[in-house]
Order: sequence, then C-alpha cells, then structure tokens
Amino acid sequence: MGKLTWSAIPFDQPLPMTASAIMLLGIATVLIWALVKGHIPYLWREWITSVDHKRIGVMYCMLALVMLVRGFVDALMMRSQLALATGGAAGYLPPDHYDQIFSAHGTIMIFFVAMTFMVGLMNFVVPLQLGIRDVAFPTLNSVSFWLTASGVLLVNVSLVIGEFARTGWLAYPPLSELQFSPGVGVDYYLWALQISGVGTLLSGINLATTILKMHAPGMTYTRMPIFCWTALASNLLIVAAFPILTATFAMLLLDRYLGFHFFTNELGGNPMMYVNLIWAWGHPEVYILALPAFGIFSEVISTFAGKPLFGYRSMVAATMAICLLSFLVWLHHFFTMGAGADVNGFFGIMTMIIAVPTGVKIFNWLFTLYGGRIRFTVPLLWSLAFMLTFVIGGMTGVLMAVPPADFVLHNSVFLVAHFHNVVIGGVLFGAFAGYTYWFPKAFGFTLNETWGKAAFWCWVIGFYVAFMPLYALGLLGMTRRMQHSVEPSWTPLLHLAAVGALIILAGIICQIVQLVISIRSRESLRDVTGDPWDGRTLEWATPSPPPLFNFAVLPNVSGEEAYWGVKQRAIREQRLADEPKYVPIEMPLNSPTGFVTAFFTTVTGFALIWHIWWQVAFGLLGAFATFVVFAWRDRVEHEISVDDVARIDRERRRVRTEALANLGAAAREVASRVPPA
Amino acid sequence: MIGVLNPAGPVGAGEKLILYDSVALMLAIVIPTMVCTLVFAWWYRASNTRAKYLPEWSYSGRLELLVWSIPALVVLFLGGIAWEGSHDLDPAAPLPAQSKPLQVQVVSLDWKWLFIYPQQQVASVNRLVIPAGVPIHFELTSATVMNSFFVPQLGSQIYTMAGMDTELNLLADRPGDYGGLSAQFSGDGFSDMRFIVSAVPQAQFDAWISAAHGSPPLDAAAYSALAADHASTQTATFGAVIGNLFHDIVGMRALASAPAPGGQGS
Repeated sequence: MGKLTWSAIPFDQPLPMTASAIMLLGIATVLIWALVKGHIPYLWREWITSVDHKRIGVMYCMLALVMLVRGFVDALMMRSQLALATGGAAGYLPPDHYDQIFSAHGTIMIFFVAMTFMVGLMNFVVPLQLGIRDVAFPTLNSVSFWLTASGVLLVNVSLVIGEFARTGWLAYPPLSELQFSPGVGVDYYLWALQISGVGTLLSGINLATTILKMHAPGMTYTRMPIFCWTALASNLLIVAAFPILTATFAMLLLDRYLGFHFFTNELGGNPMMYVNLIWAWGHPEVYILALPAFGIFSEVISTFAGKPLFGYRSMVAATMAICLLSFLVWLHHFFTMGAGADVNGFFGIMTMIIAVPTGVKIFNWLFTLYGGRIRFTVPLLWSLAFMLTFVIGGMTGVLMAVPPADFVLHNSVFLVAHFHNVVIGGVLFGAFAGYTYWFPKAFGFTLNETWGKAAFWCWVIGFYVAFMPLYALGLLGMTRRMQHSVEPSWTPLLHLAAVGALIILAGIICQIVQLVISIRSRESLRDVTGDPWDGRTLEWATPSPPPLFNFAVLPNVSGEEAYWGVKQRAIREQRLADEPKYVPIEMPLNSPTGFVTAFFTTVTGFALIWHIWWQVAFGLLGAFATFVVFAWRDRVEHEISVDDVARIDRERRRVRTEALANLGAAAREVASRVPPA
Repeated sequence: MIGVLNPAGPVGAGEKLILYDSVALMLAIVIPTMVCTLVFAWWYRASNTRAKYLPEWSYSGRLELLVWSIPALVVLFLGGIAWEGSHDLDPAAPLPAQSKPLQVQVVSLDWKWLFIYPQQQVASVNRLVIPAGVPIHFELTSATVMNSFFVPQLGSQIYTMAGMDTELNLLADRPGDYGGLSAQFSGDGFSDMRFIVSAVPQAQFDAWISAAHGSPPLDAAAYSALAADHASTQTATFGAVIGNLFHDIVGMRALASAPAPGGQGS
C-alpha cells in the first residue's frame, strides 16, 4: 500500500476527525436518502451522465456552494485562532494544523469556489445567450466537470487520510520541496490541482470554441451579449494560462518524485523560477475570475436599470485589453525579490495601465445607471455593493503597484485585505448576483427576496467589519500567515475582524435558509413566463427551465440585445412572430464517460499521493479504457421528435401570448412617462 | 505606535510619503465615483417619478472620451510616482549620508535571524544592534527556505533566498528599539521569527561591539548547532566569525572549521 498506513488517519486530533465525521455523515445521509427514495436512477440518468450544458452548469454551481461552506469553515477557524492567540497566547490551533488550514482555505476558495462558480455560470448561460443548443463538445464538458469534482474529492480526503499542504496556497519552493515538506500534504495539493486543472483547461477550450464558432444566425461578434465577451476573454486566458500552471506543477512533481532539481536550493535549482512561472499563470487567473463577474454585473445593471449597457463597444475593448495586459504584470507579486529599479518600475506601470480599462468599466456601469428606472432587486444590490467595494479594492491594488509602497505592504495583512476586497467584492458578489439572477432560469422559480436581502446585508457589512481592520493591521506591520501574535495594539483589531467573520456566517446561514424556503414555497415564486426580470438577452426567450434543446428554432438575431428587440416588436404589434416550421432536433446522448474517467483519475491521484504504484497502473489503465470505449461508440446522438418540439414550443408561445397583454399595458405606461423627443 | 506609518528613518519616511500621495491622488477619483454611484442609484430608482427615464441612451462620444481619459491621466501621474519612486527608493541604492555605511550580513535560518558584522568580526542572533544615524548596508541570504527581512518602521523589506544574495540599505535616524520580522511564510516556526533592531548612539554601539568580542566564536560547529536548533528563538552573540561565512552560505560550500583570527574592532 505504498506509504499508506493506519497512522495516516489522525485519530488523536479531535478537530479534523469531527469535521470529517460530519462530512462523511452528510454524504452518507444524502446517499441513503437517494437510495431509499429510489432517486439514484434519476440522478444517474438526468444529472451524473448528463451532457446538457445547463445541468453541468448547475452542478458546477452546487459544487462551488458546498465548497464555499468548507472554505468558510477554514476562514472561521483562522479568524478565531488569531483572535484568541494574541499577546503571546498560543490559541487552539498549533502551527502544523493552522498552516494546513490557511493553505486549504486559499486553494479551495480560488480553485473550487470562485473558479468553479464562474465556470458553472458560463456553462449555463453562454449557449443560451448565443442562441444555440449546447457547447461545442458536450461530453468533454461533462469530463471537465467531473475532473473538477475529482480534485475536490482529493482535497477533502486529505482531511481524513494524511494531511494537506502547509505551504500556503501557491506552495512556493523550496518550502514545498521534499527536503522541507516530506509529508503527503504537498502531493495532495499538487495532484488535486493537476487533475482539476486539466478539467479547467478542457472547459476553457470548450467554451472558447463555442463562443468563437457557434452562434445563432445573425449573432455576430458585435451583437454578442457582454457576458459572452467576458466569457470569451476569460476562456482564452484559461487556454493560455493553465498550461503554465500544469507545467510548473509537473516540474515540482518531478523534483518531489524523481529527484529533479528545477526549484531546489541546491544543484542548480532555482526557486524563483517557480515564483515567476506560478504568477505568469496566477495573475491571468485573477482576470479569469474577475472578467465573467464583470460580465454578470453588466447584464444585471442593464436589466434592472431598464436600459442598454452604456458604451458596449468600449466595454468590449476594455475586456479584451485586460485580457492581453494581464500577462504583462506578474512581477508585481514579488517586487521585493530585489530585481532592480527599472524592472520594478516597468511592472509597476504595466499594472497601473491595466487599471485603466477596469476604471472605464466602472464609469460605464455608472452611466448605465444614469437615466435608468432602477429596480432594487437582490442581483442589483449585489452589483451596487460591488461598484462601491471594488473601487476601494482597486485603489489599494494600484497602491501596491507602486513598488516603494509595496516594499512596506508586501505580504502584510494589508495585501490580504486587498485581495479579499477584490475577490469577495468583485468575484463572489458577482457569483451571488449571477446565482440570484439566473436561478429562476435554471429552476423555474425565483429566490425569496427577503432572505436574499438579509443575506446581502450580512455579507456586505460582515465583509467591511472583517477586512477593513486588516488594512489597518497591515499598516501596523502585521504580516500574513502568522499563527499567533504578540503585539498588544493588534488585539482589538483582530477581535473586530473575527466579529466580521461571524456576520458573514450569518449571511451564509441566510443564504441557506433562502434556498430552503424558496424550494418549499416554489409554487408562489413560480416564473411562468420565462422572463421574470424583463430581460434583454436570449436566455430570457426560453421557458424556465429551458427544454433540453434550448430553442425549438434557432433565433434570428437582427441587432444588439437580441431578445429585447423581439420583445418590443411583439409588444408593439400585440402578437408573437408567426409560428415557425418545426423540425426534429438531434441532441447528444448522455454519457457516463466523465464520471467514470473522474473515478479513475481519483484512484490514480490517490495512489500517486501514497506511492501505491500498482493502483496507479490500474487507475491509468481504467482511464484509458474509458477513453477507448467512448471513442469507439456507435451512436452519438438521439432525435427529439417534431411532435415533442412543437408541443414544448407551443406551450412557450401560449404563456408568452398571455404575458403580452400585461407587457403591453406596462409599455404604454412607460411611453406616457417618456417626454416626446 | 509601531508600523509603517511611524517611520524611524529616511527609507520608511519616503515610502510613507508615496503611500499618502498615491492614496490622495486616487481618492480624488474614487470618492466622486462612489458618491455618483449612490446618487445615481437613488435618484433613478423606479419609484421616483421626477427622474427622467432615458430607455435608449447608451452612447456618448464625449463621455467615452472622458471615461478613458480620467483613469489614463491618473495612471500617468501615478506611473511617474512609481518610476521615480522605484529608482529613488531602490533597496540596492546607497543612501545619501555623510558617514560610511556599516556592513551587515543577514542570514535567515529555521526560524531565526543571524546578523554578521564582517568589519567587526562579530555576529548576533535575533538582535540587530546598529548605530543611529549611520546608513546600514545589508547583504542578505537564506540558509533554508525563503524569508523576507522586514523592519516596518525602517522601511523596505527584501527577500532572503538560498544560493542568492540581495542588497538593502536602511538607516535609523533616531535611537530606539524597532521590531523586525519575517514577512514571507517559511514553515511552522514562522510566527516567532521576530527580531529586535536596537538603534543606539555610536559610542554605545562601539561598546556593544567590544563586549561582543568576549562572546564564544561562531565556528563551523557553533554554526551547525545554531542552524539545527529550530526551536530556539533566543538572542545570542558571537565574538568571532569564520572569515567567509556569509559567502560560504550563499555559495553553499562546506564551512571552514575555525573563525578568522581576531576581530578588527571598529
């Protein structure tokens, strides 16, 4: 069994044992419930083997929400440890445990929450917005998702069997080399991220191909919704950046497994090469996360202001400029390496230049609000909180782009406050806005507004209470990743930050309550029309939830805001367009390939971590066999009959026609309030 | 108050000034933007019948010019600050001062700091004694994983990396004790990797050096014992140092066994 023995399970440590017992109990309960109720065949048929981009998108988002809770528990432990371990006290988490927690927190929050959430939303929304029926490679899409799940599983297994990395979320060598980290923690980190990283790369290729090659008739580039543009930029970045991550980790793995010396202290190794490479991936990664979030805010603000997005072309230009520039700023993560004034000055200025298109976006959202008729729904509240919060995070980021300022702020908790300010205030608020905005599209009913607003206020207030003290602590000289502190003046601020984390906890509880209450009262929250927010893009032209094939007939796009134009004409003429001629639709067959592949990659990953070589061979062979079986399949598609297509679409037309009367009345009221030009 | 906003030397003071200037410059844009966000969102609320609804308005060439030029102008100014600042406050650049700089070699160990005074042939652990008002020229390396040498009240931090040496110039312009730490996570003992910088008048510094010469020598055995003792966070002084210890550590060469003969005094 390689290095694996019973001593790998920390029976003597109550905390991880309790945590894993609760998790195992939770998983067992769900599995037994599904088994007893007879849901397993349904889950297998409709979800696990599904190659439908909507189902896969939903599963990505669910995975992200579960991992958000896991990552947040880590955060609570860190904040409580630091609140207790002041003035020289030891706290309750010894360094070897605490170091695992902050490493796991960062890894999980970036790779398995932010990344997973964004990929999920892009998967769900992009084909609908483009007016097409699926992504370019539907089965590959399922493989991508399950590889991500495989990585998630390995990270969580490390809680019970062995340990996680104690190196920070980027595992800088030489600390992450065998000499200084001989345990399996770094191997868990590396293999989990290698496997999920392949999934992300495949997903990036898939979505980039989809956006570049598949459009509804008339959906030219300049008519694509802005979310599709940001998704394109984000996925191009994935395609360009993730191979760097994979190669870098592969080199570290060669160091650890085969005695290579890429990044070791001795024999010609150079740890700083790893630092360069990891940030050559790491900074684009920031924009891989941020750009789709910017897209979500653009859609939400435009919809709820009741106006087209201000400066659409400017937004597209800004998005693509960020996409390119994000590869030219990586050195700002280590100005303190001693690179010299010219190098530091250059990367400082490049970093500031990337703030220009970002600033343009903020102003464009501002002018989208201007002259609007704003409905303060939960998605819009998240967007406003984003605009107010993100400018602060952007400002502190640009501040640290000034090398001499970075010399005193680098690696401090000021930096920690900065990136939480942009990742929570930018990416996570965006994910929550998108979640609330598109939830009715996915499930056919809206989320409860009251609990949504409660969650919103707890999150926003909690964020400020938790992270503003960290800005102050950073200026007081507190560095990150400390397990305890001795400086008395830090204590009150550390206590305040812990209170902030508790307020965020209240926000997360509100979100769980919101979900449960919404499901229970789904009949009263039902979205009958498929267009609950008076939307402007094509996803709102479909019923909620959309049928497997999304569109009975691919829409003909004749301008920006494809659906808005169609809707306005229907309101004016008080009738829908003529019924199209329906034809049968070919859709890809469901496939267990993704799930089975992920099973074998998990087996392989676990075996590699513990050096169980026979199991490595078994896992690789299994994965290859799965690929062979898939490649030699005979049937790839099934047909949806013309009767089914017609039945589903006629029902959609019926409810739309009913809704038209109301919309017509609303439009006349609007017209009466707009002074004649 | 400790921290980077209460500098005790020209490097820290310069960086504090840049910090304030940059924030002020950006706040000039950020505050109006935040106010506009709140005002627009409130005024154009759906229930406000007095607000003018512009359902089609989505382009204005003049505004586009404005939204690109405002951030561009800010970045132009700030870029100037960044470029000038990078050169003025380059850690490797000597500080303008009357007196000759004191040489100090810094080695990060698991999990402590070793300070070698090559001119004086003494060394100390976790306590850096320097003369106030005299520029200090540091050469830094690591005998273990990467760390970052940082004294918040004196200014600039810099990495210590095994097999490489970095340079840093700092100056304490008034006597006092200033806390220092590692700002780069380096493993389990990282949180205790603190040290004290004692800036003292020149006479007191000379006295400290003389007293240090009476301490045990830092020979190969003593250095190995020091490097292997991961738990200790105690301060210590050594009265003589192997001639080329710092450069042997940087070059990862086996250490000569005996310290160089005698200190040269100061």
